[in-house]
Amino acid sequence: MADGHAKPEHDYHLVDPSPWPIVGAFAALITAIGAVMWMAQHKGAPIGGMTFGGILFFVGFAGILLVMYAWWSDIIHEASVGGFHSPVVRLHHRYGMILFIFSEVMFFVAWFWAFFNSALFPADAAQVLRTELFQGVWPPKGIEVLSPWKLPLLNTIILLSSGATLTWAHHGLLENNRDILKKGLIATIALGLLFTTIQGYEYIHAPFAFAFDPAKPAATNYGSTFFMATGFHGFHVIVGTIFLIVCLLRVFRGAFTPDQHLGFEFAAWYWHFVDVVWLFLFACIYVWGNWGGVME
Amino acid sequence: MASSTMAGAHDHPRGLRRFLFSTNHKDIGTLYIILGSIGGVIGFLLSLAMRLELAYPGVQIFPGLAELLHGADPSMALDAGKNLYNVFITVHGVLMIFFMAMPILIGGFGNWFVPIMIGAPDMAFPRLNNISFWLLVSSLVLAVISMFVEGAPGMKGFGGGWTFYPPLSSNTGSPGPAMDFVILALHLAGASSILGAINFITTIFNMRAPGMTLHKMPLFVWSILVTAFLLLLVLPVLAGCVTMLLTDRNFGTMFYDPAGGGDPLLFQHLLWFFGHPEVYIVILPGFGIISQIVSTFSRKPVFGYLGMAYAMVCIGVLGSIVWAHHMYTVGMSLNAQRYFTLATMVIAVPTGIKIFSWIATMWGGSLSFRAPMVWAIGFIFVFTMGGITGVVLANASADKQFHEGYYVVAHFHYTLSLGAVFALYAGFYYWFPKMSGYMYSETLAKANFWLLFIGVNVVFFPQHFLGLGGMPRRYIDYPDAYALWNLVSSFGMIFVTLSLVVWFYAIIEAFMKKRLAGANPWGAGATTLEWTLSSPPPFHQFEVLPRITGAGR
Repeated sequence: MADGHAKPEHDYHLVDPSPWPIVGAFAALITAIGAVMWMAQHKGAPIGGMTFGGILFFVGFAGILLVMYAWWSDIIHEASVGGFHSPVVRLHHRYGMILFIFSEVMFFVAWFWAFFNSALFPADAAQVLRTELFQGVWPPKGIEVLSPWKLPLLNTIILLSSGATLTWAHHGLLENNRDILKKGLIATIALGLLFTTIQGYEYIHAPFAFAFDPAKPAATNYGSTFFMATGFHGFHVIVGTIFLIVCLLRVFRGAFTPDQHLGFEFAAWYWHFVDVVWLFLFACIYVWGNWGGVME
Repeated sequence: MASSTMAGAHDHPRGLRRFLFSTNHKDIGTLYIILGSIGGVIGFLLSLAMRLELAYPGVQIFPGLAELLHGADPSMALDAGKNLYNVFITVHGVLMIFFMAMPILIGGFGNWFVPIMIGAPDMAFPRLNNISFWLLVSSLVLAVISMFVEGAPGMKGFGGGWTFYPPLSSNTGSPGPAMDFVILALHLAGASSILGAINFITTIFNMRAPGMTLHKMPLFVWSILVTAFLLLLVLPVLAGCVTMLLTDRNFGTMFYDPAGGGDPLLFQHLLWFFGHPEVYIVILPGFGIISQIVSTFSRKPVFGYLGMAYAMVCIGVLGSIVWAHHMYTVGMSLNAQRYFTLATMVIAVPTGIKIFSWIATMWGGSLSFRAPMVWAIGFIFVFTMGGITGVVLANASADKQFHEGYYVVAHFHYTLSLGAVFALYAGFYYWFPKMSGYMYSETLAKANFWLLFIGVNVVFFPQHFLGLGGMPRRYIDYPDAYALWNLVSSFGMIFVTLSLVVWFYAIIEAFMKKRLAGANPWGAGATTLEWTLSSPPPFHQFEVLPRITGAGR
């Protein structure tokens, strides 16, 4: 123990003071201020005539990334060199990750709520404008939607397969077969990148727009609910892919043992969570929500 | 940066490093209490300005205030003043909830006493604990900035009320960046609370001392556990809700705009799905504090311990499924109104269990009316008042008359401004000797109580009459018919102001006189683990974990 005092008679990890929380919080503040200034510029009314909102945003964001790197490096260092991650501390981390994923689930509840608010009630008597605009049906009349059985189905298969390859990698790790671990991780990352690419392609070629255009009356909040729900999922896929890439880099540097590999385990949990969200998106928004719509 | 985590070899960090880079639950708790006090004082000053304005019919002070604060042109000062009044009601609400009640009750007392009460040396994630605090500071900065940038066209700040309903908060009502600052402030405050909730749940489930089963935990720990689950359940939904508002305002989505098939009521549903559990998030830690205090000063274990614990769980569950009782007037179906009326009224049952169990704890107890106990009894009185008017408002039929009126204002101030704040003061005077090591003056603590108790009742009780008479909330002016009770209400603010002065003086006096409190100033009734430690406790307590054997709670 590096601590100057006698080792306490418990297995908890009393963390030393760290600069990262306060630096991270103020980086978030700068990012937020930059974001608002930048958005005000785009509305044509920069705050106080200041036009460096974008720069401020990226400076703050770089600060957040730096803090993430430094903070998590510290944790890895404490676990590997410091040996602070006793079984009970590892249990803490497992609880923390599960609870974090639960909060993410609740975040998606909001987006599904917004979707069902429109999709379940396209002809509500009290919603005069909506009923007129949608012509009483979902998907609204006059817009063309994506067929779920083309690229979305392919993406479902890709994402489910990536779950399988990740489990394969996990088994490799548990049996101390580093070769399978590497192959499995590389396959999972490749499938994740493929998913993001296909999703990007489909976004570019989608027959409906993200932003509402008053010139096209058929354009409705179909685009808002579709792009924000699937977009936040896509963002989580990208985060999950980065998480897996970090794990792969650590594998190449010799990290993880068959009985201590929390980083890998959490990346896997996160990936499966992203997978489950996609299944709900696919079933609700792509299949049920597009049922009876005009498709190319 | 290995040096900061490994080779530091500092047993007791000092100075700026100790507080800015803190990983100690007690230091972070102290920071939270200081931040909450600052937020509370600013929020109080805003309410003081509002009560001064409302003392007489007509528009008095806000036009001048707008010239002073925003440099409004004198020819425009009347409109700017009306806008500023609305900005004040909005920021007052946001500050009192997110930057006074939550930081002190959850961040302050929760951080200080949850680990100690369960016999743990610290929180499960000490660094995460620190970023929870500093994110809240960043959030406060954003909220304050929002008051000084453009909101409604030609006006400064966002004045649409703390509920942020579109179209008041969308580009229609508030095209300026003030609302964007508010939205990002909510994001940061939400992230802070979610991380804090994860930390509390993990700590309570994993770090209880040997023998401290869930059913032996002090009720304050139970209250924080339920609160943390509520936070984790509803804050992500708020994040989604305000993100939709952000994209509606800046990126052309149509979630809340009927012109694109969107629905402003979607916002209200999402907001109140968060907002109603939020009121329990604010009051549940208060319930926990009151249980500890009533038991301590009655020298009896709390009456019906298990009933008390599961009443809080029950309140948490029910509180999450009654949100639309804030929306009776929006044109919901009758069946929906029936359901929400019924479900809301059911909450009176577990709340009644709590009130009656506190009274039953005192019954036959060896009572000593020390300052914390006096605050706790005051809490039971004012919270019962607020609860009763709550049952009235739960009726959809009655609420249609009272909606957006002063009866509602009186109701939620009796539960929060009086309920939560009295619990907060009770906790403060209960634990101040433990946190500081010094005893305050009992006389000053009681003077603080009587001034605030008289003050808030004079302020808020007449507001019931105003509401029954039909006075709407969120207006700077009112017809002469409401003059009398408004004057009485404003008069009460004198006592409230004096009580704050006495409170600050009581703290200063305690630190100057340095009367040592000793490990347990409250005697045999104080059975929880914090009273086994020195006052203030050592930098790291429980290096040898305590072993719980008896029924102690």
